[in-house]
Amino acid sequence: MTSDRAAGEAAASEQDGGRPVAPEPGTTAPGTTAPATTAPAAVTPAAGTRHARPLRSRSVPVAGVAVLIAVIAVFPLVFTNPTATNFGVITLIFVAVAAAWNIFSGFSGYLSLGHAVFYGTGAYFLVVAAKDWNLNGADVFWLLPLAGAVAALIAVPLGLVALRVRRHTFVVITIAFFFIAQLSASNLAVTGGSSGVLAPIPNWAAATFNNPFYYLAMLLAAAAVALSVLIRRSRFGLQLRAIRDDEDRAAGLGVRAMPVKLAALVLSAFITGMAGALWVYFIGQAVPQFVFDPLFDLAVVLMVFFGGLGTIAGPVLGALILEPTQLYLNLQESNSYESEILFGALFLVVILFLPRGVLPTAGEWLTAGRIRRLRGDWLAWRAGRTADRPVPPAAGNLS
Amino acid sequence: MSGTLRAEGVSKSFGGLQALADCSLTAPAGRITGLIGPNGSGKTTLFNAITGYEHIDAGQVYLDDRRITGASPQRVFSLGVGRTFQLTRIFPRLTVLENMLVPANRGRPARGRREHAMDLLAFTGIASHAGSLAGTLSYGQRKLLELAYVLVADPAVVLLDEPAGGVNPSLIHHIADRIRELNSAGRTFLIVEHNMEFVMGLCHEVTVLDSGTVVASGPPEVIRTDPRVLDAYLGTEAADD
Amino acid sequence: MASEIGQAIAAGILGGGVYALMAAGLTLIFGVLDIINVAQGIFVVLGAYLSYVLSVHLHLDLLLGLLITVPAMFVIGLVIYWLFIRPLRGAERTSMTLLACFAVALIIEGVLYQEFGSNYVSLNAWYTTASVHVFDFYLADIYLIGFGLAAIAFGALYLILYRTTFGRAVRATMQNQVAARLIGIDVNRVSAVTFGIGTAVTAIGGMVYGAISGGFTPNSSYDLISRLLAIVILAGMGSIGGALVTAIFMTTIEALVDIWQPDWAVVVFYLAMVIILTFRPAGLFGRRAVRAQ
Repeated sequence: MTSDRAAGEAAASEQDGGRPVAPEPGTTAPGTTAPATTAPAAVTPAAGTRHARPLRSRSVPVAGVAVLIAVIAVFPLVFTNPTATNFGVITLIFVAVAAAWNIFSGFSGYLSLGHAVFYGTGAYFLVVAAKDWNLNGADVFWLLPLAGAVAALIAVPLGLVALRVRRHTFVVITIAFFFIAQLSASNLAVTGGSSGVLAPIPNWAAATFNNPFYYLAMLLAAAAVALSVLIRRSRFGLQLRAIRDDEDRAAGLGVRAMPVKLAALVLSAFITGMAGALWVYFIGQAVPQFVFDPLFDLAVVLMVFFGGLGTIAGPVLGALILEPTQLYLNLQESNSYESEILFGALFLVVILFLPRGVLPTAGEWLTAGRIRRLRGDWLAWRAGRTADRPVPPAAGNLS
Repeated sequence: MSGTLRAEGVSKSFGGLQALADCSLTAPAGRITGLIGPNGSGKTTLFNAITGYEHIDAGQVYLDDRRITGASPQRVFSLGVGRTFQLTRIFPRLTVLENMLVPANRGRPARGRREHAMDLLAFTGIASHAGSLAGTLSYGQRKLLELAYVLVADPAVVLLDEPAGGVNPSLIHHIADRIRELNSAGRTFLIVEHNMEFVMGLCHEVTVLDSGTVVASGPPEVIRTDPRVLDAYLGTEAADD
Repeated sequence: MASEIGQAIAAGILGGGVYALMAAGLTLIFGVLDIINVAQGIFVVLGAYLSYVLSVHLHLDLLLGLLITVPAMFVIGLVIYWLFIRPLRGAERTSMTLLACFAVALIIEGVLYQEFGSNYVSLNAWYTTASVHVFDFYLADIYLIGFGLAAIAFGALYLILYRTTFGRAVRATMQNQVAARLIGIDVNRVSAVTFGIGTAVTAIGGMVYGAISGGFTPNSSYDLISRLLAIVILAGMGSIGGALVTAIFMTTIEALVDIWQPDWAVVVFYLAMVIILTFRPAGLFGRRAVRAQ
C-alpha cells in the first residue's frame, strides 16, 4: 500500500467522518480462536471531529522548512553588514538553546530555570581550555564538542539530585544551582573570579569575521532540531511525554522514569554547553554576570512558550522571532530596563492569554482545524480496516 | 498465561484509620473473582497494596508461589499483573495509539508492538480513535482505553477497579463480554465493582470486604443471599447501584 | 575570637528572624495557593524602596513608615494576585504561576530601575547605626529592632492563623483545597488575602533589609530570592514553623562561615539545601508527598 493511496483514502475517510470505506475481515481477539467478525466498525460519530490539536510536528510543510533553511543559509552572503550577521549568530545560537531546552523541559514537563549552568559551563570550559592549551583561530572550534561533553557530564549529578523531587521543587532547585554556579564562577581562580577570562581572538578578515560562527551556529541549531525530531518519534520520546502527563502511572507501566529524565537532561545539556562555548568565543570573553545571566533562562522559556512548548517548530520559531527583537530593542534603548519591562509584560500576555503559545494558537485560528494530513488520521483510517468488535449502537454515544 | 493471586493477612492503616485488617483473599488462576463491599471497605487499598502503590503494615502477597509483597509498581507490572484505576488514568496529551505504546512490552519488536496495540484497540472497540488525543475521549472510551493498555504486556492477572463505574449500560455489556473472552483464554481477573448485576453475571466467585476484612466468599448465588453480606451493605444490594 | 563567634551567632539569630518572616510569607503562599512566588525577593526590595521614599521625601521615620508600607504592600499583593495569578488554571498551573511571578518580578525590577537607577541607596535613621553593648559584643540596634518586628509579625501571624475564623479557613485550605471548597470556604478570597499577607510581610522585611544591608539596588532581589527559596525548600514547603527554624539556622551558619571565608559564606545556603535534599527530598520539616504527579 503506497502512501499516496493511504493519503487519498485518509482524505476520503475525513469526509465521511472516519468510517471505514469497506469492511474487511478483522483480526481475532488476542488469545482466542474465535472466527473474526466481519462487521464494520459500529457507528462512531465523525471521528474526525474528535481530533483536537493536530500533532504539530507534522503540520509544518516540508517545502516551508526547505525554504527556511535556504534563507538561513544564504543570509550572511546577502546581508553582509556585520550587525546583521551579528544578530544572525546570536539568534541561531538561541535557536539551538531553545530547541535543546525543549528537549528536556518541553518533553518531560520539568521546567528548568537553570540551563544557564550548562551554557556557562561550556563557555568557561572553552575559554580556559583555549588559554591552557594555547589554541587559536579555527582550532578553538574543536573544543566545542568537548565543552558540550563537560556540560553533559555535570548534568548527571545535578540531575540525580534534582530529578527526585516534585516539579515545583525541581524548578527551584534549578534556580539554586544557577546561583551556585554564578557564585562559583565569581570566586574561583580558575574562572578568573569576577573579572572573568578572555577568549582568544582569531585574526580573520573583518568583513567575513562572523561567518564561521554563523555557519557553526546554524549547524548546531540544525543538529538540535534534528535531535528533537528523532527523540519525538522514538520510544524514548514517548516515554518522556508519558512522564509529562502522568509520571506515576507511567512508572507503574514499566517506564523507568529516572534514567529517561536524566538522559533527556544530559542530551539537552550537551547541546546547551556547545552553544555556550560557541557564544563565548564569539563575544570574546567570559564574565560571570553575563555568562550566568538570570535572564537567560527566562528568555529561553519565553521563546519556547511563545512558539509552543513541547513542539518541534515552537522553539525554533520562538527564537527566530523573539531573539532578533530583543537584540534590536537593546540596540535602540540606551538602557535595557525598558526591554526588561516589555519582556515581562510580553511574558504575562503569553501566559495569561495564550498558554499554548502564540504560534500554535495563531496556527489554529488560521487553519481552523483543516490541517489533517497526519499520521494519526492515517492510522485511524487503517484502524478502520481492522474491524472493531461490534459495539452496541447506543455506545456510539459513549457517555 | 495464568496466575493465582493471593493476599494473606494484609493489614494497612492510615494514621488512626484501619483500612485493611488481616485481609486474606485468593484470586484463583483462570477465574474471574469479584471483590465487592460498601464504600470505605478497603477495596482500592487492597488493590494498591497488591500492586505496590501502597506499603502494607503486615501480611504477604503472592503471585503463584512468588512473594511480591512490597514490590514496586514497575516490578509488579513486569511480573505480569496489570491494573486499572477507578478514576481513569490515561495520558491525555498522547494519542490513543501512543498511550498503548507506553507500557513496557515483553521483548516484542517495534512493528509487532504497533500491530498488537491496534489489535487490542480493535478488541475493545476504540480503534477508530487511534489517532485522537486521549484527552478528547469520553469517559466510557477512556475506560476502554485503560482496559486495552493494561493488556499490552499480556498480563497473567488483571485487576480492574470499577470497570463499569459511570459507564452507560449498553457499554457495560460490551465490557463484560470482552472480559469473558479474555478470561476464556486463561487470564485471571480480580474485579472491584459496585454494580451488582455486572458482578453477579460475570464472576465465578465473589469476595465481600467490609471494614478491611473479608466477611464472605463464594459463588455469586450464595453471596447474594448471605445475611452477612446484606448486613455489610446495610440493606439490599440495590441500594448500591 | 570568642566574641567574634558570639557576635556572629547573635547577628545570625537576629538577622535570621527577619529572613524567617519573609520566608514565612513565601511558604504560606505556597501552602495555600500551591504556587512559588519567586517575586518575593523583588517585593522585599520594593518594600525597601517604599520605605526609602517615605523616609527621604516625606521625612517619615522608618518605623512609622511601616504603618503605610505594610498596608500598601498588602494591597499590591491583592492586585497582583487578582490580575495575574487567579486567572491561571489547568494542568500546567504550577509552572505557569511560577513563570507569571517571574514576569511580574521582572516588570517591577524594570520599573524600579527606571525610577531609581542602579545606584546604591540605603535606609537611615538614628537607630540604624547605633548599637547596644551587651557582654562582650555589640548588637546593632537595627538588628534588635528587626528581630523585634519579626517577632511581633510572627505573633500576629500566629494569632490570625490559629485564633480567627479566617485563619481556620486558611489552614483548611492548606490541608485540602477541594474539601475546603465543599464546606463553603471561599477559596478565592482566602487565596487573595493570603497572598496579600505574604506580600505585606515583605514590607517589614524590606525596611529591615534596607537598613541592615548597607545599600541596595533593584538587583539585590536576586540574592534575596535565592536565599529565601533555599530556606523554604530546605525547611519543606508549607511549613511556617520550619521556615522560622531553618532561616535562623542558615543565617547563623552563614555568619559563622563568614568569619573565615567571606566569599563563600553564601554558598553554604545552597550547598546545605542540595545536600539535605539529596537525603530528604521533602525538606527537613516537609509534610508534602515527595512526588505527586
